[in-house]
Amino acid sequence: MIIPKLALRNILGAGIRTWLNVIVLSFAFVTIIWTQGLYQGMSRQSVRATVDAEYGGGQYWQENYDPLDPLSLEDGHGPIPESLDTLIQKDQATAILVIQGTIYPNGRIQPILIKGIDPQQKILSLPTEALETEEAEIPAFIGTRMARNAGLKEGDTITLRWRDVQGTFDARDVEIAAIMNTTVPTVDQGQIWVPLKTIQELAQMSNEASLVVLQKDLKVFPDVPGWNFKSRYFLLSDIRELVQSKSAGAMILYFILILLAMLAIFDTQVLSIFRRRKEMGTLMSLGMTRWKIIQLFTLEGALHGVLAAIVAAIYGIPLLTLFAKKGWALPGSADSYGFAFGQKIFPVYSAGLVLGTTLIVLVITTIVSFLPTRKIAKLKPTDALRGRMS
Amino acid sequence: MDNSYLIETKNLVKTYRMGEHTLVALDKVNLNFKKGEFAGLVGPSGSGKTTLLNIVGSLDTPTEGSAVVMGNKIEDLTHKEAAALRNMNIGFIFQTFNLLPVYTVFENVEFPLLLHDLTAEERKKMTMDALEWVGLADRAKSKPAQLSGGQSQRVAVARAVVKKPSIILADEPTANLDAENSHNILQTMEELNKNLGTTFIFATHDEKVIRYLRRKITLIDGAVAKDEAVTPRRAQGGDE
Repeated sequence: MIIPKLALRNILGAGIRTWLNVIVLSFAFVTIIWTQGLYQGMSRQSVRATVDAEYGGGQYWQENYDPLDPLSLEDGHGPIPESLDTLIQKDQATAILVIQGTIYPNGRIQPILIKGIDPQQKILSLPTEALETEEAEIPAFIGTRMARNAGLKEGDTITLRWRDVQGTFDARDVEIAAIMNTTVPTVDQGQIWVPLKTIQELAQMSNEASLVVLQKDLKVFPDVPGWNFKSRYFLLSDIRELVQSKSAGAMILYFILILLAMLAIFDTQVLSIFRRRKEMGTLMSLGMTRWKIIQLFTLEGALHGVLAAIVAAIYGIPLLTLFAKKGWALPGSADSYGFAFGQKIFPVYSAGLVLGTTLIVLVITTIVSFLPTRKIAKLKPTDALRGRMS
Repeated sequence: MDNSYLIETKNLVKTYRMGEHTLVALDKVNLNFKKGEFAGLVGPSGSGKTTLLNIVGSLDTPTEGSAVVMGNKIEDLTHKEAAALRNMNIGFIFQTFNLLPVYTVFENVEFPLLLHDLTAEERKKMTMDALEWVGLADRAKSKPAQLSGGQSQRVAVARAVVKKPSIILADEPTANLDAENSHNILQTMEELNKNLGTTFIFATHDEKVIRYLRRKITLIDGAVAKDEAVTPRRAQGGDE
């Protein structure tokens, strides 16, 4: 126990040199945990919002439906199978029919997706009740991004054109019954939501759908011929990859932060070993072995990490808690990130994140502290006492 | 070798490579020291005093010959065994005091005891005893920077004697002290030598120290030129 006591006494005795390193390292701690927490929060918010608004508990896709292939959309629909219809009747699922269409807002042509959904559905957090109005012949709702791009507002009427199942073009006026404010761009941009029955009728696709979205807590997913089940895990893979890629980008920041902190510690260690050669000689003359001196100096360096963790906890816990509660307001351009998050991100700091970051920083600090001390292994007591390196 | 000697050197040779040349620091030194001696290695700079002290203190090893300290052959000791020998049996006093600046006087003196298996209470008692011997018990909480040169060297003496070693090796202990402080330090060492039976070996060319010696070994060019018993002349007083 003597070495830890001496190491602590030495680094506290070093005064401002120690505290400068500790503060720099504590900044690294807090910044890493904060940014990582931000990405975790971003991921969690994005997943929750997307599941609520789009994916539900998983989806059955008609076998030709592929949302990433616009050319196949024409064939991506089919009669709703009885087993899925039963779920829909029990309010455990909702059907969506997706067809291609065009709108003409303010004299412009804009290709869009027309999505038909049951106005009474309770599976997705979409404002489908707006489609129940009897005031408009064909009510529709769109998202704020779509409204902004098309220059539309609530109450506007626009011409909607589509091709029915025979390939014949048809067009009607639809009224924007509601503008939904959603954090999920994939239920907003480039699409218009209309009542399912209406679009089935207009497109001559009676009782047909492109996909059926399941309730979130459904656990059993039977095989349905002609329809492919897509699990929530599968559907969220894009978001996961996006978060991972953003998170990997942040690694550059972590690397720079850690590098700066470690450079400071390495520099301090090298300087300390150079400056304290005589002290090492004295310690040897008092009966300390070289290995014990290496331990002492390594621990002194490593204790910077421990002190930094304590200092980081002192100002970091209140600061990060405040961020977690108040959230971090995003700039308007954040919509273009492709994430589904609100106007604020609420960082999430898991125990794994905090402990993992602390452990990594402590291990790196210890290694960086140890490297310069290897010189001590070759140090002769007589040279050390004269202030020389062997 | 004779077991009655605390320290024995036989044909001790120490050479250093200086580029293409070889410097002979010690040249076939044969010396023996008994318990309780108050001896000094004297001679001009470069005569090998510190080198001999370092070998006897197991800080260095001989190139040839043998040095036996308390039954331990210095040339055969591992680094760990040499450290243990220093820790248990040898105290060092340096010209520049070599106190650890971040520690208090008490902590500096306590330091050698931390490497022993002692309780905090035992350490505290021994440390305070050592500080009493050198008359610095009231400065226990001071930092080395707050002490005068004489006080610093007394702390160094306390640190050397605190574990009650058999041998104390003092390398130019008065070189940085004025006459009064030098005498005070030497008187303290002499008392410790008498009271504890500790063997003191000095490396010095300071006349003030030489006056206190009971055995004077003159080294010239690494060889023993004269080894004589002397009568301490401290009573003659007067500083050069």
